[in-house]
Amino acid sequence: MSPTEVLSEAFELGFTYTRSTGPVVGRFLTGLRDRRIEGVRASDGRVIVPPMEYDSDTAAALDDFVEVGQQGEIVSWCWVSEPRRAHPLQQPFAWAMIKLDGADVAMIHCVSAASESQLATGARVKVRWAEETRGHIKDIACFELAEVTQ
Amino acid sequence: MSEAREPVTGIEAPVYLQYQFTAGRAPSRFLSALKQGRLTGQRCPGCSQVYIPPRGACPACGIATEEEVTLSNKATVQSFTIVYIPIPGNPIKPPYIVANLVPDGANISFIHLLSECVNEEVHIGQRVQAVWKPEAEWDYKMDNIIYYKPLDEPDVPVELIGKLGVDGREVQP
Repeated sequence: MSPTEVLSEAFELGFTYTRSTGPVVGRFLTGLRDRRIEGVRASDGRVIVPPMEYDSDTAAALDDFVEVGQQGEIVSWCWVSEPRRAHPLQQPFAWAMIKLDGADVAMIHCVSAASESQLATGARVKVRWAEETRGHIKDIACFELAEVTQ
Repeated sequence: MSEAREPVTGIEAPVYLQYQFTAGRAPSRFLSALKQGRLTGQRCPGCSQVYIPPRGACPACGIATEEEVTLSNKATVQSFTIVYIPIPGNPIKPPYIVANLVPDGANISFIHLLSECVNEEVHIGQRVQAVWKPEAEWDYKMDNIIYYKPLDEPDVPVELIGKLGVDGREVQP
């Protein structure tokens, strides 16, 4: 058997999915496009952000939308020191569970900070909107510390 | 403060997966031969079956395959389908034919396009021939063969499909 150079090349597989958002997530994304964050009130009175279509206890359809604040606090977080290409930020950042003012549950998003040492559970953060909003979760470019000038 | 716009009803959510594809030894030889304008398979030393594309082993016997066999540009239609549905990003305009083809000298089919044909007249056992790109464009790729086109030869009986030698005659056991 003659020796052969083993061939190798870059190969990209792409799936160009589109998704229908439905009336609840569609409304949430419409709100983001308008730089508002909306949740929905569940049967037990809690405000859920992002909104759910159906109540987790009664399974009833939910439609009592509530606007929540654009600041909140970090409930828990994880520092990403080496962001990958698909990550929302290309410099080190944190994934965080953020409980927005007026919400009763935390939502996940990214937090931009100069270093890991600036972050802490309970730290106050605020939304940084994307320059252009289009009705997508990335309309929130990231959260950043509310009381630190970066 | 925002102007009235239609509510959001959908989002684009593409997924792109980046791979480094490494062909392995047997497929590398296969692709290198394609770059030289040759279609090759590998013969199993146990059962004598010739596989294309070669994977370096016989799936039936579980032993390594090393003997390289140059296959014919002629092939037989083992099965086919007429594609009517346009697929985004596909440069080929439907309706077109995708066929399982067994090249003479091999015992297994591979998938390629059939063209220069009347779609409604394509049938199992039909003889076809590879249409290669101009030599200057040959690369380590199966699409050096643009498609297969019908050949004016008698049909191969179903029971003999996959049993022809490289000369197109039935291989006597």
